[in-house]
Amino acid sequence: MSENGMFGSTRPKKARKDTADRTQLQTIVLRFSRHRPAMISLVLLVLIVLFAFVGPLFWIWDHTVYKEIPSNLPPGGDHPLGTSAAGNDVLGQLMRGAQQTLKVAFSVSLLSTFVGSLWGATAGYYGGRVDALMMRVVDIFLIVPLLVAAAAIAGNTGAGASWSAIALIIAIFSWATIARVVRGVVLSLREQEFVEAARASGASAPWIIFRHLLPNAAGPIIVAATLLVAVAILAEAGMSFLGLGIQLPDISLGQMIGSARTAVSTRPWLFYPPGVLLVLICLTINFIGDGLRDALDPRQTRVRR
Amino acid sequence: MTTEYMNEEHAAAATDDDVVLEVTDLSVTFPSDDGPLPAVREVSYRLRRGEALGIVGESGSGKSVTSMAIMGLLPRNARVEGSAKVLGQEILGLSDKEISKVRGQKIAMIFQDPLTSLNPVYTIGYQIAEAVLAHKKVSKQVAMARALELLEIVGIPSPDQRLKQYPHELSGGMRQRVVIAIAMANDPDVIIADEPTTALDVTVQAQVLDALQRARRETGAALVLITHDLGVVAGQVDRVGVMYAGRIVESGPVEEVFYRPRMPYALGLLGSLPRLDGDRSDRLTPILGTPPSLRDLPEGCGFAPRCPMARDLCHQEEPQLLLTLEGGDRGPAEAGDADGHTAACHFSGELTGVEASDLFQATSVDTEGVGSVAEVEAAESLIAEAREEYLEEARAEPETAPETAGSTEPEVLLSATDLVKHFPIRSQGLLRRKVGEVQAVSGVSLDLRERETLALVGESGCGKSTTARLLLNLIRLTSGELTYMGRPLHGLSDRRMRPLRKDLQLVFQDPFASLDPRMAVADIIGEPMRIHGSGHRDARKRVKELLELVGLNPEHGSRYPHEFSGGQRQRIGVARALSLNPRVLVLDEPVSALDVSIQAGVINLLEDLQDELGLSYLFVSHDLSVVKHIADRVSVMYLGKIVETATTEQLFRAPAHPYTQALISAIPLPDPIKERTRERIIVTGDIPSPANPPSGCRFRTRCPKFAGELSEAERTKCVEEPPELLDRGAGHRDACHYSQVVELI
Repeated sequence: MSENGMFGSTRPKKARKDTADRTQLQTIVLRFSRHRPAMISLVLLVLIVLFAFVGPLFWIWDHTVYKEIPSNLPPGGDHPLGTSAAGNDVLGQLMRGAQQTLKVAFSVSLLSTFVGSLWGATAGYYGGRVDALMMRVVDIFLIVPLLVAAAAIAGNTGAGASWSAIALIIAIFSWATIARVVRGVVLSLREQEFVEAARASGASAPWIIFRHLLPNAAGPIIVAATLLVAVAILAEAGMSFLGLGIQLPDISLGQMIGSARTAVSTRPWLFYPPGVLLVLICLTINFIGDGLRDALDPRQTRVRR
Repeated sequence: MTTEYMNEEHAAAATDDDVVLEVTDLSVTFPSDDGPLPAVREVSYRLRRGEALGIVGESGSGKSVTSMAIMGLLPRNARVEGSAKVLGQEILGLSDKEISKVRGQKIAMIFQDPLTSLNPVYTIGYQIAEAVLAHKKVSKQVAMARALELLEIVGIPSPDQRLKQYPHELSGGMRQRVVIAIAMANDPDVIIADEPTTALDVTVQAQVLDALQRARRETGAALVLITHDLGVVAGQVDRVGVMYAGRIVESGPVEEVFYRPRMPYALGLLGSLPRLDGDRSDRLTPILGTPPSLRDLPEGCGFAPRCPMARDLCHQEEPQLLLTLEGGDRGPAEAGDADGHTAACHFSGELTGVEASDLFQATSVDTEGVGSVAEVEAAESLIAEAREEYLEEARAEPETAPETAGSTEPEVLLSATDLVKHFPIRSQGLLRRKVGEVQAVSGVSLDLRERETLALVGESGCGKSTTARLLLNLIRLTSGELTYMGRPLHGLSDRRMRPLRKDLQLVFQDPFASLDPRMAVADIIGEPMRIHGSGHRDARKRVKELLELVGLNPEHGSRYPHEFSGGQRQRIGVARALSLNPRVLVLDEPVSALDVSIQAGVINLLEDLQDELGLSYLFVSHDLSVVKHIADRVSVMYLGKIVETATTEQLFRAPAHPYTQALISAIPLPDPIKERTRERIIVTGDIPSPANPPSGCRFRTRCPKFAGELSEAERTKCVEEPPELLDRGAGHRDACHYSQVVELI
């Protein structure tokens, strides 16, 4: 807004009475609830989570093969999303697949963001030799291709089967990107005078990192974390495809898409439900991230609709 | 100049009655989401050949927009009405192609920021020649020769080498002179300079203003000088227009406006300005309230809501800009006497003989947050209460209770001896070897006594801010000793330093960067208390007191920093620093980023707090006028060393070091007659790099005494022997082998 710069800070003061009485948390919730795409996405995501975790309790078929199920049925009747060649109910598979995918994606995102932010903020705050050393470690994790490393680890430990082991492996090789982003932001933040002000009051390094640096880096951190959800889903799908991820009879969305890739035109019901669900999960999480970022930034006055 | 040029001038003089620029009823409106924004309203002025007109006003008054409109440089969506004629030719509404012929040729502009107004990928010579070639059909050689000539005129040393250099190889002052050279390349009739020296240090400002005057003499151009600095205006222009809320509210010959202002706003501005020629006991008088939002201008006079003289008429009818006559009458401005003293005030007659202090209140409350005298009084009583409570709390803590009331000699609180700080310069490669060092601070000694204000003055890059941080142990000393109340501070670990941080606090220059944008103001102010282990409830309660103490509304604690203006944020910074009951405040340029009318309130606040709470200030500043107003003692720094220390009285009455003298004489006085008649000591060049300071006396490369007065043998001493800071009697110390007192004010 050019007029802000040109005409100084002649901000109207009366109109803000209402914000004064609310607590910080209430303000954030209110701001978030005004962000329409984020609210819609939140509702959608909640529905998807319910579908994945509560759905199986109410549906007669789970994801495994039953000989009662005829193969290659198109959607309709007893099997609303059809059946697979081997004799799985696609709806049952979809619920289980979404569940496993969500578990992996969220664990990876939370774990990497937590470790990466701390690592990056610490490196950025101390700078100098500490920074150089910590960032070389980051570089090592960045240059090793995820799938090769995952193959090596999973192959040796045989951890391929459980979702938590897979999440851990993906997280080990994805926190480094977040560390790099956070470190860059912190490098410029720590030169700001408010950080010096805290130091002049005797604040310790953890105090400054947790109370000043990380909150101010929240925007980039949230964006990186939401992107990571998509990355994790793709990585898991890739690993499953290579036979390193979640293995049959257990199932994930990535695996469903992988095994249906030859059937896109002949049996589309095998491909589109997991595909659409995967895109939906990624999109909703991105919008929620946008909403969160704006809600957490007190300077953001314009409400997007 | 050439005879051809002289002929042109005479031809113009004959036909146009000497008027080179005539602006009539110029209005600029910007469309915006919330309706039209009238940035400039009915501005009219006339400029004769060779005349200099100053336009002053605070940020947002529309002074820059006016000149941008004349130059046709506003964005397309701006609606410009009225007329602007250069040499009789209407230039508003010209097509891009047509106005290009006028720009540069007849009317040239100089911008504020010399960093961005030159193209970094072309040489200086190319850029000046380009300006010549744009309007004259001459060969490249001729254009280059002209470029060389121009660089000489604006006083750039060894111009033939400079021609081949790129902008980044030149200092800020040098670049601004190149911009002036470009502006005068085609002998324009009008030069518009928009804050040409705001980004520069005072000694460099003096050089650039000098170059600007030379450019005017050479080209005979008329000058429109836009600035917020009343001192610069006083010395440089013949007539002055004061802008407020998009209008010219007063105009006239510069002496008239400065000595006999006829509009309360102009009077208020002058009263809120700390003056180099003023007295310390004079209180500054800030103007209440803030400039009106342009979107929502009040009915009647735009200044009425802030004006202590305002009556019903002022709120109903906007006063016209009318001629002020002898005896206080007002008359319509005739076409012929547009040069007279005009003012837009219904009651301008009543201002005869009125001083700023008669009309405005010398208060320390947040003048931006209040609108009336009654509110000021209410806020003042709140401040007084808050001070009582603050003092009670300070007494409750036995550690900080001042016990030395009985002794005559005030106790030395903070003492520094031979502070040295060198920052290593490291190579870019993997090894990051040390390839040199920046000698930011090289042997600074000072004592800060109880209840006194010691000012540390110098230009940018002299190491004053580094010194301030060294004193607080925020950066590690390279060598030297530092004690607080006899206890050594150097080498203390962060943990052992923490209890002492309660006593030593810091206030920053930048009111925008110094407050965490993600924290509510109450949390910001309460943070130091929480760091030192205060409970949440205690902190909350005290935050309210602290907000009252600095003159802010205590109910505003839950707001965020961006909801406050610059002056208010600076008050928040002070409140945060006071939250731990400190005894020493280090103030790093606390008012440099503020407009004058707001600056006055913050200065008053700092003075009051010191008187009432018994604080000691280390006041770091580049602004000698402010320092003169607030400090008890002054230390002048140059390139990492203190060159002179004295009481404020001594220093300004009888400066001994040539650098101090140059600094004092470079500060423009807001007093036209004094400013034009005072003795000037102008230094040449820029501050050398602290990575490679000159041997011996560090000031010798710019010293007028070294260059002009000393013999060869005496100079050798300056080159070989660094002068020590020696006492010349009565605590007045300076570091010059040949110091000599000069009277400058």
